[in-house]
Amino acid sequence: MSKQEYKYIGQSTPRIDGKEKITGATCFVDDIQFGPNLLYAAIVESPHAHALIEKIDTGRAAKAPGVVKVVTGKEFPFRFGLYMHDRYVFAQDRVRFVGEQVAAVIARDPFTAKKAAALVEVQYKELVPLLNVFDAIGERPKSIIHPELKNYAHVPWFFPEADSNIAHFRKVRRGDIEKGFAEADLVYEDQYVVPRYAHCAIEVHAAVGLLDNSGRLTLWTASQSPHTQRHLFTQALAPLGFTHQDVRVISPAVGGGFGGKAGVSMEILAAALATVVKGSPVKILWSREQEFYNTYQRQGVHARLKVGVKHDGAITALEQTLYWDAGAYVEYGANVVNAAGLSATGPYRIPNIKMDSICVYTNLPPGGPYRGFGYSEFIFGLESHFNEIAKKLNMDAVAFRRKNAIREGDALAYGGKMNPNGLLEAIDKVAQAIEWDKEFPSADPNIAVGKGFSLFWKAPAMPPNASSSAFLKFNEDAGLNILVSAQEIGQGFLTAMAQVAAEVLGVPPDRIRVESPDTDRTPYEWQTVASHITWGCGNAVKRAAEDAREQIFDLVEKTLGKKRAALYLEDSAVKYLEEPGFNLPLKSFVIDGIMMADGTWRGGPVTGRGMFMPEFSSAVSDPETGQGGKPMVHYTVGASAIRIEIDKETGKIRIPKVVLAVDAGKAINPGLIRGQIVGGLLQGLATVLYEDMRFNDKGKLLNPNFTDYKIPTALDIPAEIVPIIIEVPQPDGPFGARGIGEHTMIPAAPIVANAVEDALGIRIKSMPITAEKIAMAIKKMEENKR
Amino acid sequence: MLYEITFILNGEERRLGVQPNETLLDVLRRKLGITSPKVGCERGDCGACTVKLNGLLVKSCLILAVEVNGREVTTIEGLMAKGLTPLQEMFMAKNSFQCGYCAPGMILAADDLLLRNPDPSDHQIKEALAGNLCRCTGYEPIIEAIKAVAANTKASAGQTRGGNNE
Repeated sequence: MSKQEYKYIGQSTPRIDGKEKITGATCFVDDIQFGPNLLYAAIVESPHAHALIEKIDTGRAAKAPGVVKVVTGKEFPFRFGLYMHDRYVFAQDRVRFVGEQVAAVIARDPFTAKKAAALVEVQYKELVPLLNVFDAIGERPKSIIHPELKNYAHVPWFFPEADSNIAHFRKVRRGDIEKGFAEADLVYEDQYVVPRYAHCAIEVHAAVGLLDNSGRLTLWTASQSPHTQRHLFTQALAPLGFTHQDVRVISPAVGGGFGGKAGVSMEILAAALATVVKGSPVKILWSREQEFYNTYQRQGVHARLKVGVKHDGAITALEQTLYWDAGAYVEYGANVVNAAGLSATGPYRIPNIKMDSICVYTNLPPGGPYRGFGYSEFIFGLESHFNEIAKKLNMDAVAFRRKNAIREGDALAYGGKMNPNGLLEAIDKVAQAIEWDKEFPSADPNIAVGKGFSLFWKAPAMPPNASSSAFLKFNEDAGLNILVSAQEIGQGFLTAMAQVAAEVLGVPPDRIRVESPDTDRTPYEWQTVASHITWGCGNAVKRAAEDAREQIFDLVEKTLGKKRAALYLEDSAVKYLEEPGFNLPLKSFVIDGIMMADGTWRGGPVTGRGMFMPEFSSAVSDPETGQGGKPMVHYTVGASAIRIEIDKETGKIRIPKVVLAVDAGKAINPGLIRGQIVGGLLQGLATVLYEDMRFNDKGKLLNPNFTDYKIPTALDIPAEIVPIIIEVPQPDGPFGARGIGEHTMIPAAPIVANAVEDALGIRIKSMPITAEKIAMAIKKMEENKR
Repeated sequence: MLYEITFILNGEERRLGVQPNETLLDVLRRKLGITSPKVGCERGDCGACTVKLNGLLVKSCLILAVEVNGREVTTIEGLMAKGLTPLQEMFMAKNSFQCGYCAPGMILAADDLLLRNPDPSDHQIKEALAGNLCRCTGYEPIIEAIKAVAANTKASAGQTRGGNNE
């Protein structure tokens, strides 16, 4: 294959949003000034995990000085949701998790609102709370969290079970599972447990709603999904007479997303509350505590695994059941369960598969999307299990993975074919970088050393017709603005989009602005999730730039009589292969056009339009087998490895080195990809080493703050991180690119678990693997030895 | 009841009435429109609201506004009153931010470190940043930027000294 030379693609271009971010000029939602008419809302929350609401008395709160309005669920009896309509604006007759919104107080200042919220009196009748999946399923669950489940609207690829707590049951069947186990020389079973986690973006959720006196409803939200929000706000509030035309969502910037600001969570409250205080903007700013318990949490999962292998290491069969603790509402989280259920083979060729991925309602906060979207969750069990199997076969853990690694064209679990990928290259480069075959003996008997390895993969999980679109407009000086509705959440997509347009139009990226989403003014984007923006929005921007380029060539051909095929763009000018001296600066005509001999003008402002929808994707498949359809547009793959040192007395882990290789297809901006690897790996390592969401026996979150829920500080980072970029092009990606943002977090847990096992001979089967847990496990092992 | 306070904000004297329970962060953001210190946790854990008070690094969510009466407050706007600082330039060069939410506080913390200790070790840098949380970058590019600024300062100081010796 010939290597194409690019001018801007593949460069570590400085971020085009750099200056505004390092000067504090970036305007986040809570930074927007709304003037003295701004109102503030405080939320009355359920103290119970599961209860019926018997009575709400708002009298005292409404009379408090400075209070403008008190609102309860009665005003908004509307059910809505992204993939399943199972949520309400405020709780109606029933609360389903501790912290759920029951009522709101709107006041002139935040202190008054908060004080008055405490005056709202709610009488509850407590019900049995279901706090883990196994209490919620089985023959006779102690209660049913959503008695109306059978009436809920949902996407056609969900299979809820009426009169149960099972919101979705994804089945995958391929080959002959019994035959697969019969052929195996070794069959090995075990269980693995992953708890819940919080995104912990440093920016808390913020939303401001304004229903102006003309009836226009505008929302300012910190959102990864402005268009999806507009759609859901309109749907939810349709009984009040709103249409899409009436609703506008502006998302100026997002201070960290990680999935936590996808879809709609608390923002619906700002939309609803704005309708009761017409003419005044109303702000809701989540506290850090609310950020933990009333946005989305990463769902917990209990995985049961049974794997058959031949003596030579070939996997013959995989049976896996994933029980997902999906929480009180699953309108988004059920799709995590679905995506993981279709992909929980990991990047392996396995002929016989039986997988069940079960979305279970519990009385814990709503589960939802978190960087990795189910893949971080199942990969802990799968890659831990494969490591154990390799050990039992006396096979090297890397050799085992290499033998079973999926290749281009192999059958996927749902029956499709695997896309081109550089998985083997990733395995080899990671093994080399971590010096897999080299011993690193410990000089200190109190320090145990170990190495761990894992593969990873992930596909964008999205509706088959999720789409992106882009407008592009030139300015007088041939700089340009790109209008898209994807969101800059830190990943650097603004810069990547500028590079894509720059490559097509021959205009340097620093002359290109990429605007933040405003549903009135920027064109449709489904959501900034799924690591699909570089690919999907990138394709849309590329097409918009090509559209503009073709208009430019049309004009030059028509007015100056140049042969179209010999025209090209470079250095902000039109050039001509047949005439080396020809140089027509874009700025001379992209607004004003080109003057003809008679003094008349041709052309005019050049604008481009581009759209991308994956027209080959389909979510239609057999519910009993998951076969048919093409739910995954492609998988991004990679490998990762770690070296650790464990202090045997304290259990504390030190990380001398960690390596991660990801196949980006084509690295549009290698510097930004390295940033994703370094940042994503630490976020993943935090889930296995430090973070731990603790609930009491009433379902109340015990550590909703950074004092007790420990995210890493600068003192907690690995000594060395080696990022490796693999480039096996994605045929339908812009310049061959595919997304990598979520993937960098996915393998972190199993590399640590496998390294701990290597160091100590102890297999820890539940996350997190904290120092405490290791120290206790060592103590237990030594007691058993005695 | 409002208390009248007078203090210097980024070199300019400001006078206003504040509630006794209002924090410096509240007053900067809601009453003075200075939004570079961010709300992240309101309990001193995250450092997004970091400012300087009489030259000392503080978390403005933990300082009552009445406490700054007669004192001097500096935000990132004050730090760059004469243009971008070398730290800011290096943060851009090294991609030491992603979403940018922690950046103003992080840069103030880094500035404070380099004023106290122009040639910090890796561990001293990590220690100095430990009160400022970043969820995006993994900290490494931030540490690299601080090291690079320290190295540049050292090199130019060395050149100056060398020049004097000749």
